[in-house]
Amino acid sequence: MDNESTLSTIYSEDVSLMVVILDINPLFWTSVNSNTNSLTFTKFMDQFLPLLNSVLLLNQLNEIVLIAHGINSCGYIYNSSMENRRGGKRGPAFFAEVSEKLKEFMEADCLHRKGAKSTSTIVPSLLSGSLSLALCYIQRVFRSRPIYPRPRILCLQGSPDGPEQYVAVMNAIFSAQRSSVLIDSCVLGLNSAFLQQASHITGGVYIKPQQLDGLFQCLSMVFATDVQSRSFLQLPKPAGVDFRASCFCHKTTISMGYICSVCLSIFCKRHKKCSTCGSDFNRPNSNSKSSPVQKSKRKLDDR
Amino acid sequence: MFATVGGSGGSAIGQRLSGFENPRSSNSGNKNRQRVQGRGSNGVDDDDDDDDDDKEQDDDGRGEGLDAWERAYADERSWESLQEDESGLLRPIDPQTFHYAQYRRRLLLRSSAEQESSSLRIQKGLIRYLYIVIDLSRAAGEMDYKPSRMAVVAKCTEAFIKEFFDQNPLSHISLVTIKDGISQCLTELGGNPESQIKSLMGKLECSGDSSLQNALELVHGYLSQIPSYGHREVLILYSSLSTCDPNDIMVTIEKCKKAKIRCSVIGLAAEIYICRYLCEETGGSYSIALDQSHLKELLLEHAPPLPAIADYAIGNLIRMGFPQRGVDSLISTRSCGEELKVGMGYTCPRCYARVCELPTECRVCGLTLVSSPHLARSYHHLFPIPTFKESSDPAPTSNLYQKSRRMCFACQQDLVNQGSNNKSFVDVSCPKCKQHFCLDCDIYIHEILHNCPGCESQPHSKNGLNNK
Repeated sequence: MDNESTLSTIYSEDVSLMVVILDINPLFWTSVNSNTNSLTFTKFMDQFLPLLNSVLLLNQLNEIVLIAHGINSCGYIYNSSMENRRGGKRGPAFFAEVSEKLKEFMEADCLHRKGAKSTSTIVPSLLSGSLSLALCYIQRVFRSRPIYPRPRILCLQGSPDGPEQYVAVMNAIFSAQRSSVLIDSCVLGLNSAFLQQASHITGGVYIKPQQLDGLFQCLSMVFATDVQSRSFLQLPKPAGVDFRASCFCHKTTISMGYICSVCLSIFCKRHKKCSTCGSDFNRPNSNSKSSPVQKSKRKLDDR
Repeated sequence: MFATVGGSGGSAIGQRLSGFENPRSSNSGNKNRQRVQGRGSNGVDDDDDDDDDDKEQDDDGRGEGLDAWERAYADERSWESLQEDESGLLRPIDPQTFHYAQYRRRLLLRSSAEQESSSLRIQKGLIRYLYIVIDLSRAAGEMDYKPSRMAVVAKCTEAFIKEFFDQNPLSHISLVTIKDGISQCLTELGGNPESQIKSLMGKLECSGDSSLQNALELVHGYLSQIPSYGHREVLILYSSLSTCDPNDIMVTIEKCKKAKIRCSVIGLAAEIYICRYLCEETGGSYSIALDQSHLKELLLEHAPPLPAIADYAIGNLIRMGFPQRGVDSLISTRSCGEELKVGMGYTCPRCYARVCELPTECRVCGLTLVSSPHLARSYHHLFPIPTFKESSDPAPTSNLYQKSRRMCFACQQDLVNQGSNNKSFVDVSCPKCKQHFCLDCDIYIHEILHNCPGCESQPHSKNGLNNK
């Protein structure tokens, strides 16, 4: 079913559907606040909202969906196609509406947190959740129209990666690749390995702006351009993406390692038993005598 | 608009009237013409004109109807889109409902198989060595599948190979054909889908008898050489109704069983005892395709990795390298291609040979080279998301965006409008996070995304699904 739907993809090339994923992690934004010369959330919104408006102004048919994720929840904030049906707002009214909804969402997200103990380190936000939401929404657009806008996802991420989301984020990246959805990422905090991989695999742009004061210029120059126009532009070249794996036992990055054949866990040295799936690795040594070819192969591997 | 309608109507009637009135008076022609043109704009004549058009359309429709009559019975198998209900009345199948029902069946089958096989952890054969045996005997030229059995098989195989490598990036496929009673290895075990498909498309001719034993012997010879951790599998696409063997096939089947080769057969004609016996003995599955779409469906069922049977492949640690991407501007020769290419290669971390693409085996030292996303692509088999439950109770309307309506958590689609008349339920809910989803999202989430958006939108400490 999915193969057929991706094959019969008819894009109207110059119309874009931009799903913006915004990280509103309160812990990240408050930590930013305490530093002196960096970007506060209010300043950030001043730079960010004009981007949404300018994308909508670039083409009348352009659509924007804004999804926010905090540390406890993910949710849809704004959907321009729905707003247009109700008589869309532009300019100041648009800014006010989006800000108001974001504020509501942030308050709700913080309320959830009350129960949990407050931590000094930044809790990662739920990137995987909002990526999944974005992909589901894009699928719905694919389903509902014969000709649809070219979709792309823009992630504005501040908080660090959550290692426990690794599988989910990778799943989302692969399904985005499958339905040829670009994932652009703009990182406001530390470099994110997840988003580096996401942009590299799906063919999007990954940047970590140096000057956060001029964020709007950066956003509008890079991320406002539609997919088709990108081939004519000199966009920031991707820096090297590190595809080396980190082992499960010591979390060190390795260039050569051992993989459990049953569950594909990565280890940096030989173990007798897989710590993830419990497979026993001692048995094959006795069995391998049965076939000379196997033995030579293993010798080669062990070298 | 008005001018054209009036003009054409007027002229047609003008001709008719003038033909009638001309014998009576020749000099009143102009007057008549004027009157007729005047009348052309009123309702009566327009109706007249429409009737003419309708007649023409009817004629056209009858002409096409003959074609459609033939087409309907020859190709479209229109009776298959009808279903008998409880009272014996025929009723067309709603394609969407049908599609969804198919998907549910597939999902339930898979989840029940998982529950049976695994007590605690799911173990799957993620590293597979699969031989696809394609029967190109005389029977493959039969025209009951359009345009012919082998063309349909080739087309489905192409789709299967793509899907297979998407789901099993670390696995290998090889193609074997049976023709004139002899089996022949078309491609070596490899991980490149394009080259496999290309060589299959170039060899599509059929002749002679088919021989199950020869094929099994050949595959057995190859599969006994692969490393012990790999899952050995054979998938036979069998068109003919007989097998022409040089020796006792039972011995060969016994040999395959000992070598732990899982043999599965998809038949295109009818069930054959020896195929069923082979599949039962070696732990494979045997199925018969009813038509082209069913064949594709059966074939694609073999794409996701099967639950591992403890004895079939021995757990082992495999040494693998994670090469880094070379500098783009460097010009280098690589061992996998003949010509010089500019940059974009990977370097084997052990012997520093250059390779073009991953995953592959280093040509120089034999190290398996992968990148971490290749491994990650397989992880979703190990952490499946729960089957969603069909729900009848109204969804909670605790949504921030619009509080009044029930909608799908994932795509914000209305759950009320979307349901068509004969569906018993319109939405499903995840047993873990209790969020409601529409049926389309359900399919997408389970078949492609492999993430539950609801569970992912909660802090991970609660659900404890992905503890890696």
